[in-house]
Amino acid sequence: MSESTLLLDHGSGGMASNRLIGDLFFKHFGNPILNEMNDAALLNITGPITMSTDSYTVDPIFFSGGSIGTLAVHGTVNDVAMLGAKPRYLSCGFILEEGLDMSTLEKIVIEMAEAAKEADVLIVTGDTKVVPRGCVDKIFINTTGIGELILPEATSGAHAKPGDAILVSGTMGDHGLTVLSNREGLNFATDVKSDSAPLNHIVAALINEIGDIHVLRDPTRGGLATTLNEIAGQSNVTMNIVESQVPVRESVRNGCSFLGLDPFYLANEGKLICILPQEKAEAALTLMRSLKYGEEAVQVGTVLDPENAPGKPGQVVLETPLGGHRLLNMLEGEQLPRIC
Amino acid sequence: MNVSDSFKDPELCKKLLEQLHNELDAPLRFMEVCGTHTVAIFQSGLRPLLPKEIVHLSGPGCPVCVTHESEVAAFLDLAGKDGVILATFGDLMRVPGPKGRNLKLAQAEGARIEIVYSPLDALKLAQNNPNDTVVFLGVGFETTAPTIAASIMMAKQQNIKNFKVLSFHKMVPPALKVLLEDPECAVDAFLLPGHVSTILGMEPYHFVAETYNTPGVITGFDPVDILQSLLIMVEQRKTGKASIVNQYKRAVSDSGNAKAREIMFSVFDVAEAQWRGVGTIPDSGLIFKDEYEEFDALKALNITLRDVPQTPGCKCGEVLKGKMQPNECPLFAKACTPAKPVGPCMVSTEGSCAAYFKYQVTA
Ligand code: SF4
Repeated sequence: MSESTLLLDHGSGGMASNRLIGDLFFKHFGNPILNEMNDAALLNITGPITMSTDSYTVDPIFFSGGSIGTLAVHGTVNDVAMLGAKPRYLSCGFILEEGLDMSTLEKIVIEMAEAAKEADVLIVTGDTKVVPRGCVDKIFINTTGIGELILPEATSGAHAKPGDAILVSGTMGDHGLTVLSNREGLNFATDVKSDSAPLNHIVAALINEIGDIHVLRDPTRGGLATTLNEIAGQSNVTMNIVESQVPVRESVRNGCSFLGLDPFYLANEGKLICILPQEKAEAALTLMRSLKYGEEAVQVGTVLDPENAPGKPGQVVLETPLGGHRLLNMLEGEQLPRIC
Repeated sequence: MNVSDSFKDPELCKKLLEQLHNELDAPLRFMEVCGTHTVAIFQSGLRPLLPKEIVHLSGPGCPVCVTHESEVAAFLDLAGKDGVILATFGDLMRVPGPKGRNLKLAQAEGARIEIVYSPLDALKLAQNNPNDTVVFLGVGFETTAPTIAASIMMAKQQNIKNFKVLSFHKMVPPALKVLLEDPECAVDAFLLPGHVSTILGMEPYHFVAETYNTPGVITGFDPVDILQSLLIMVEQRKTGKASIVNQYKRAVSDSGNAKAREIMFSVFDVAEAQWRGVGTIPDSGLIFKDEYEEFDALKALNITLRDVPQTPGCKCGEVLKGKMQPNECPLFAKACTPAKPVGPCMVSTEGSCAAYFKYQVTA
C-alpha cells in the first residue's frame, strides 16, 4: 500500500477507496469470482446449502496463535461446516477506524487470505466502511459463509440419542485463555496459544469415512459446558461427562486457577464436538487423530436416557475423578475473575 | 504425581471416605466458613459421597455476600459520577443493589468501570488517568486487605493523589464469635478458611475451641484436604476435646504472614462493620488510619453510607448464619436465579446459593 494510515477518504467510494480495494483486498483475496468486480458474486452451487454469519470484534486484534482475521475466516467456515457441509464461499465486511495503521490492516488481510486458502474457500464479495475515530475499536469484521451439504440429512443439535458417544477433537479453553492473557497487563501465561483453526477438513473426513454422525458443533463462546447444555436441551437427553477425560492443557489449567476461571466455559476456535453411535466412536477417534487439528481427540462422555440417569432431561452431569456427580450447567453472562 | 495432585488422588479419597463412614457415630453439623470451600465440595463431586449424617452449613465467608446493602448502594452511587473511574475485581459486577441495579448496568449506561486483577492495576490506572479519580472497591477479607494496604502505601510514597479506596473490608474471626453466641446456629465444627488463614495463622481462632469448645480445622481446597479435616472434626467430637488444627500446612504457616499483617495494620485500624444479613459486628472492619486518610474514598468523595432497606424475601442472612440451606429459601430457583439474582449469594462465584443452583444434581 502506498498510504500508511487509513483515512475517512478510504471509505468514500472515490479514488482512495479504489486504491484500497485494488492494492489490498484484490491483491490478497483475488480469485476469478471476486475479480469480476460486479455488484454481487455469481456462485455455482448445487443442492441444499448451509449459511452462517458472524461478526468479529475481538480485543486484542492480534494474539498468540491468530488474529481477528484468522478468527473471522475460521469461525464462519467452522459454523458452515458443522451442519455437515463443505464451506465454499465467504463474504467479508470490514468496519475500520480512521487512523488505523495500514500495515496492520494488510497483515490481517494477508492472514485471512492464508486462512481461506487452507480452508479451501473463496472470498467472493466484500465491503469496507471507514468510520470516525472512536466509533469502532480499530477493526470489526463480519464474514458470511455458504457451503454445500455433503450429508443426505444435515446434522443437528436435536439428534443426540441415548447411547451415543460424545467426542471432542482436542483440548479445551486454549483460545479463551489466550485472548484473556494477551489483554493488557496479564502476561502470566506465556505459553498458551489460541487453537483457531479450520475444522471443515475433519468434518468432511468424518462424514465420508465414518458416517452416521448425529451432532457436530464447535464449542466457541460459552465453551464446552454451554455447548453441551444447548445440545442436551435440543435433544432432550441427559449427558454424562467424565471430567478426567476432558483434555485441558496444563498451562490453561494453571492460568484458569490463577484467575478463578473454568476452562470448560472458555471459548475454543479450533475444536469440535462430535456425537455419534458408540460403536463408531473408536473409528472416528482414530480418524480424527490422524488429521491436522484432531490429534488430541478423545471421548469425553456419553448421552443417556434421562429416565435412568442422574439429572433431568436437558442437563449435563459431570462425573468427577472421585466418582461423584455434579451439574455442569450453562454459564450466566461472562466469566469474571474472582476476589480471592 | 506432584504434591498438588496428591491432594486430589481418587484412591486416597476413597480410603478417607470409607474411614469417615466408619468413624462417624453421631450426626455432624459443620460449617464451611468460606464460600470457596462450599464451591470446592460441590465441584469435586464430594458432596453426594459424604455420609448422609453430615450436614453442611454455609458460612459468612464470601466477601461479596457479606457486603452490606448500604455499601453496595454506595459504590453504585459512585458509578457514573463525573471524573470517577471505579476499579474493581470482577465479582462485584453483578451484585444487585437497590432496585436490582448493578455495576454491569451502570457500565452500560456510561459509568467508567474497569475490572482489575490486583489493586496495583488500579494504581496504574490512576497514574494513566491523572485528571480522574480512580476508586478501588476494597471488598474482601484478610486475604486481600494486605495487598490493598500495600497499594495505598505505594500511592503515598509515589504521591499519587487521585487514587482512593473504599474500605469495606471485613475480618473473619469476629463473625465466628457472633455465630458461636447465637443459640440457633448450632455448629458442631468449623472448616476454617484456607486463604484468609495464610495471613492470620492459627492464633485468632483459638477462642473458638477455648471459649466455645468447638473444633476448627484450617483447610485447603482439594478433596483430600476436606476429607482429612472432616475426620479430624469427627475425632475431636468423639473425645470431646476441641482444638484448632492446621491441616493446610503446605500453604498456611501456624503463625500466618506477619509481614502482611504489619502492612495491613499500618494503613488500617480495626473498627465495627456492618455485615449483610448478620448485622453490626464489633472489631470486624478496617478503616483508614489518620496517616492514610487522604486515600479514603469515603472522605475524599464525601460519601456517607445511607440506610438501605433489606431486600424483601432474601434469606441471605439466614443462609450466611447456617440457619437455612440455600434451597430452603422460598425464592431459590424461582424469583432468584443467577440470571435474576435477588441477593448476592446467588451471583458471587463463592456464593452458596449460586453453588446450590449451579452444581446440585436433582434426579
Ligand atoms: S436464594 Fe436468592 S433470595 Fe434466597 S437467600 Fe439466596 S440469594 Fe437470597
